[in-house]
Amino acid sequence: MKKLLIISALSVTVLFYFAGLPTYASEKELLGAGATFPFPLYSKMFDTYYQTNKVKINYQAIGSGGGIQQLISKTVDFGGTDAFMNARELKKAELPILHIPTCLGAVVVTYNLPDKPKLKFTPDVIADIFLGKITKWSDPRITAVNPEVKLPDMGIVVVHRSDGSGTTFIFSDYLNKVSKEWAFKVGADKSLNWPAGLGAKGNPGVAGLVNQTPGAIGYVELIYTIQNNMPAGLIKNKAGNFIEPSLPSVSVAANVDLPDDTRVSLTNTDAAEGYPISGFTWLVFYKEQNYAERSKEKAEELLKLLWWMIHDGQQFTAPLHYSPVPPKAVEKAEKILGSVTYENVPLLKK
Amino acid sequence: METELNTGASSLLEFSGIDRSREKDFRFDPFAAPESVFKAVLFGSALCMVLLLLCIFLTLLINSLPSIKEFGFRFFYGKTWNPVTGEFGALPFLVGTLITSFLSLAISLPFSLSLSIFLGEYSTKGTVASLLQSAIELLAGIPSVIYGFWGLFILVPIVRSIEIKLGVTPIGVGIFTSALVLSIMIIPYAASLGREVIRLVPDELKEAAYSLGATRFEVIKKVILPYVISGITAGNLLALGRAIGETMAVTMVIGNSNVIPKSIFAPANTMASVIANEFTEATDDIYLSSLVEIGLLLFMVTMVINIVGKQIIKKMSVQV
Repeated sequence: MKKLLIISALSVTVLFYFAGLPTYASEKELLGAGATFPFPLYSKMFDTYYQTNKVKINYQAIGSGGGIQQLISKTVDFGGTDAFMNARELKKAELPILHIPTCLGAVVVTYNLPDKPKLKFTPDVIADIFLGKITKWSDPRITAVNPEVKLPDMGIVVVHRSDGSGTTFIFSDYLNKVSKEWAFKVGADKSLNWPAGLGAKGNPGVAGLVNQTPGAIGYVELIYTIQNNMPAGLIKNKAGNFIEPSLPSVSVAANVDLPDDTRVSLTNTDAAEGYPISGFTWLVFYKEQNYAERSKEKAEELLKLLWWMIHDGQQFTAPLHYSPVPPKAVEKAEKILGSVTYENVPLLKK
Repeated sequence: METELNTGASSLLEFSGIDRSREKDFRFDPFAAPESVFKAVLFGSALCMVLLLLCIFLTLLINSLPSIKEFGFRFFYGKTWNPVTGEFGALPFLVGTLITSFLSLAISLPFSLSLSIFLGEYSTKGTVASLLQSAIELLAGIPSVIYGFWGLFILVPIVRSIEIKLGVTPIGVGIFTSALVLSIMIIPYAASLGREVIRLVPDELKEAAYSLGATRFEVIKKVILPYVISGITAGNLLALGRAIGETMAVTMVIGNSNVIPKSIFAPANTMASVIANEFTEATDDIYLSSLVEIGLLLFMVTMVINIVGKQIIKKMSVQV
């Protein structure tokens, strides 16, 4: 009798627990997936948004390509990517997809040399190092740009990404513009046929391998060099100035004319004080939100989130070493969000 | 057993003069039903396994059809892996997988053999034996990511200093490092199985050899090893299978260069490693399909090695 009482009491408690769980969770939850680069920023943004708006956002940092794939398969509400979708990917999606930029990043060239000297690089030198044509740090082309630095006679060990990455896309897009040989031999994409070097997985992988290997050179997002106390090379931009990668120099690079759909490459910027290897990171989503039986509430929640991210959410960029979206880009993004519809009726009331 | 009962019972019945023709065959006795149900369940489970294997193979095949149509046999000897132009060739990965696996097997062989003989012959009981046995089992249980981390942070700098002494480009990662990490991972499989078969050698054989004046070493060399060679080969085959499919530990220390390695210290890439690295980001149809075809290739390489290995084991089996 006593046993029966205990068991029934326990089962009733369990039942009440499960009954009491919010059943509206599926309505107040958004799913996103994609780029690893802005993940620290998105984590902070989504956490704050949850505290204030009670909407839970689940973002999986599986890489830009993964994010695009998931959006095309309609398994996520939005995707994150450092490489805007090209014509082929847009065609695959069938339904129109929109991009809005959420922040700016810099891809820096980092290296491992004794005494961590501050080095300057010209575009052709970077291209030839990553093509495997310049193989020693003491090469005259490097010393010519860095006369005050005593460069050791070490071999250059190139480190690149082994996985598909938006960072690779931004970097190779820049090299495509500054080196005809690179454009011919390698090209620009999230995954490349690298002519030289070792591969490491993710930004942390490249940073780690460069940190460990004397004489190594690699490309990572700016945050990783700041957090790991690694040197970042100054790069000669189109205007002829050697620019240090930093939040201001990246923001300046973005203050150029943008197309209406914000799908633009910021590399090799015309801005005189702009850092040449900068790029936006975007969120991608469908224009017509009534697909795969999505509810109007969900579409409205998504739109609210996206609007917040380009306005109030931008306050979180600078403390985490990301550059905020410049005003011209915010304007374009607002127009884009205004065009999002549900059953052909625009959702945004503002 | 069934036939024994049959003949025993039938001969008894014959002897007692009872007419056997009216007896029900007890094999179809309703009280024996659980027996046949049990057999059906066992057969069903086995069939499920075979079907699952077939389904995996078919899935791999169907998903790699686009790239098979595009490249044909060119895929197997193509050296370029270029996602930008859409030109894919699997040779670097095939070579990388085979070199690292066989090299790791070669490195692990003396160690696993010594361990098997020591635990199977010299120290079969006692604290030392149980300590060693537990250590080997623990080694097998360590997740491969941990091996990868250990390799990256501890082994790579050591290999780098060796490379500096040898005058090779000191990158640390490469075929040699990954073969070392793999060999440590696969020792437990070969060693455990080897120990079991060595312990199963009949005492009479060994004692007969001792009585003829053989030394311990001669007994091991001339009696035990020939007896257990098929078992040892089976154990090593298992170890090789593990080495071929190993992903995480290898991808962290092999250098991920999609080229055919030029020396033992050069970086390379394996089939499992390239799939792990590039699969989630492959948005292109041909790219994805080529990666699946690499998976299919890995599947078939494993299958071929298993079949060849089984033939070798059969040839080596001692006819008792």
